[in-house]
Amino acid sequence: MSLKSKLHELKLKYQGKKMAPAFNAFHTFLFSPDETTHAGGTHVKAADDLKRTMNTVIMALVPVLIFSMFNAGYQYYSAINGFPAEFSLMNDFLTWDNFWIGIIKVLPLVVVSYAVGLIVEFIFAVIKGHEVEEGYLVTGMLVPLIVPIDTPLWMLAVAVVFGVVIGKEVFGGTGMNILNPALTIRAFLFFAYPTWMSGDKVWVYGARERSEEILAGATNVDAYSGETILGFLAQNKGAEMSYSVSDMFFGFIPGSVGETSAFLILLGGLFLIFTKIASWRIMLSAVIGSLVMGLIFNQVVDFGWIGESSKFYGLMSFDFWKHLIVGGLAFGIVYMATDPVTGSQTNKGKWYYGFFIGFISVMIRVFNPAYPEGVFLAILLMNVFAPTIDHYVVRGNIKRRMNRLKNATIYPKDSDGKAEELKAETV
Amino acid sequence: MSKDIRIKKGLNINLVGAAEQTTSKAVLSNVYAIQLSDFHGIIPKMMVKQGAEVKAGEPLFYNKSIESMVFVSPVSGELIEIERGDRRRILTLKILADKTQEVISGAVTDVENASKEELKATLLKSGCWPFIKQRPYDVIANPDTTPKAIFISGYSSAPLQADLNYVLQGKEKELQTAITALGKLTPGKVHVSVGAGASPLSSMEGVELHTVSGPHPAGLVGTQINRIDPINKGELVWTVSPQDLIIIGEYLLTGKFNAERVIALAGSSVKAPKYYTTKIGSEISTFLYASGVNEENFRVINGDVLTGSKSKPDGFLGYYNNTVSVIPEGDDYELFGWNKPVFDKISATRALTFSWMQPNKKYDLDTNTNGEHRAFVVTGQYEKVFPMDIFPMQLLKACMVKDLDEMEQLGLYEVAPEDFSLTEFICISKQPHQKIIREGLDLLQKEIG
Repeated sequence: MSLKSKLHELKLKYQGKKMAPAFNAFHTFLFSPDETTHAGGTHVKAADDLKRTMNTVIMALVPVLIFSMFNAGYQYYSAINGFPAEFSLMNDFLTWDNFWIGIIKVLPLVVVSYAVGLIVEFIFAVIKGHEVEEGYLVTGMLVPLIVPIDTPLWMLAVAVVFGVVIGKEVFGGTGMNILNPALTIRAFLFFAYPTWMSGDKVWVYGARERSEEILAGATNVDAYSGETILGFLAQNKGAEMSYSVSDMFFGFIPGSVGETSAFLILLGGLFLIFTKIASWRIMLSAVIGSLVMGLIFNQVVDFGWIGESSKFYGLMSFDFWKHLIVGGLAFGIVYMATDPVTGSQTNKGKWYYGFFIGFISVMIRVFNPAYPEGVFLAILLMNVFAPTIDHYVVRGNIKRRMNRLKNATIYPKDSDGKAEELKAETV
Repeated sequence: MSKDIRIKKGLNINLVGAAEQTTSKAVLSNVYAIQLSDFHGIIPKMMVKQGAEVKAGEPLFYNKSIESMVFVSPVSGELIEIERGDRRRILTLKILADKTQEVISGAVTDVENASKEELKATLLKSGCWPFIKQRPYDVIANPDTTPKAIFISGYSSAPLQADLNYVLQGKEKELQTAITALGKLTPGKVHVSVGAGASPLSSMEGVELHTVSGPHPAGLVGTQINRIDPINKGELVWTVSPQDLIIIGEYLLTGKFNAERVIALAGSSVKAPKYYTTKIGSEISTFLYASGVNEENFRVINGDVLTGSKSKPDGFLGYYNNTVSVIPEGDDYELFGWNKPVFDKISATRALTFSWMQPNKKYDLDTNTNGEHRAFVVTGQYEKVFPMDIFPMQLLKACMVKDLDEMEQLGLYEVAPEDFSLTEFICISKQPHQKIIREGLDLLQKEIG
């Protein structure tokens, strides 16, 4: 008996039982279902379903994940031994040693994120008796890519449970949530465990542990750190940085696990636009928004309104376009702002929604006293405002229709025959 | 003078098995059936008893709420069965046809000189009235009302649909008579739209002619209404499909109800897809097996694959249909169907689906849903295939939550379920759009009238 018919029998056996959603989740992972179109609807359907859509986003994330695994090692060895004098991609970056650090540090984050998140999803599916929805396939991949590499696994697990339950399931599951679940998880981590999420010791594997050892009295080791570019700038230490523009663009810099390579994120974004999965309107307008805000800050510096002594000088004088290639802005624009559930749903609304994400991201980045990054806060803020934006866009359409109504041609009924008769009878 | 309507948004679904333009006469059916599901919202009151002999054109039942509206038998014969469903609701009336057909003969109508009331009475009495539909609500028109305009779409853009340019050939006289008569029922215009090619409709007099081009749903009358003269709250428009005009026109010219119609038998499961001359209510098997079928496991659809209703080989041709589609059932699993590259199905995205590379390729689609039902997730997809100035997803959601104000304001008056067939086809969440809209329209009609 083939696997197909065996699974079909099992499906019939589980039908109507409590565990059916759990079984179906595995079954539909292997085989797309044998369901046919119902009476009263279209008899044929297009090839895409939600699984395919989510899978496309994951495909756009895989290069970023692989790069981040190499970068984890590259940042670690560079922090210990110093950056290589003559950088060579094959000898210094794409090495087995680097990748091994990725395997022991990045991969566990991915595994924990998926395992914990999917367990929560399965539990809710079984309790509520609906199918396991695909939303977490993308969220589970995004989460490990937006946290610092040294995030303890238990912490990640707690945050994932919080994010999936409070961020999504309480609203009714995939498609019903108001806030982006991955960013809810990130925000939870940021506010619950701030010392693990910011500072100069969290971006490189082992830096925090090493500094604790030194504090405890160890003398045989050297301290090392990996400050992010934004971190340097926020402390007005931009001059101490040794990163070139190409380092920033290609991503050989410290930062959250997957956010560093603007190049691969750009490719992922183009792929998502080409496949028509993500909205180019949101991406483009967010880029414009961040450039505008960056330019405004540059102008403020150019006009001499703030001096070098200002604590904002470092970030404000940072070339406006460079904001796009450092920090999490590019990653947020491509993979998080374009979430269709929490973003604006109308095409016109997407322009406003994206623009303000870019604009506010750079603003928070510059002004946030605690942590020089603002993408996740900006997107969460705009998630909240997205329904309002849509409301006004839809009102515009309604207004057009109401204006048209003024010229409506309405003819009276020839006779209100039946109704009149009935009325007469009852009176 | 014709006006151009260019539709940009939309999607042509090219399927294997378009009907070849030759017409055969279908074998005469033994049994004919009137399916009440064709008349949405009509509560029938029977006028003849089971076992009674009826002639072609003789009334079988009337509409309980508008008693002058009668529905007639397409053939002469014996009413052998009244099939009933839950709560004795009538589902199907079956008539065993006589060997020699008798037709009720009414008076010939002088359309040019007839008054509006005379024409209405004639159409109602003859059983031709149910061919006239109204919007809003997409139901049979209420004869007590006056529409602001009448719309006739002579452009077929739905997949595998009968080519109207072909099936209307030689019927100019009937069409013109019917259009002249309808023109008297409205103070407004009669809008007729045609596509590319020679259509008998382009020579009609007393109409406003429009030339439509673009992908499906350009041929749907709802799309055209939205472009030409959108419906506002309180307004009424009537729509008639051109092949029903022929029946109306013939009755007015001859006084006889002739249920004959040229239909397209199409779809990849048909061996020799082509056109047949048959009658409303005929058994589908009378022409289906003349063309032959390719496989065991197929679905017969009364209508096109997007809007038709599910039938069986021993089912009956619907009252309004000019197309019978036969496509393979897709009740099978597909290994990794959700992530492997797809070359043999149509898609509105490019997510490892490759139909965008060959826009003119013909596809052999089956009835598989290609995925499971989900909540609305993706946005901006429907807008690409929905050419009206309406927010499709917002309107669907308003219907789902039964928000009457929103439904009105977002333009539910302007649409019929068929206008949402294309968005339903591409829907990633596999939501039943047409059903949602139908239920929304029913609710609105019930609450507001």
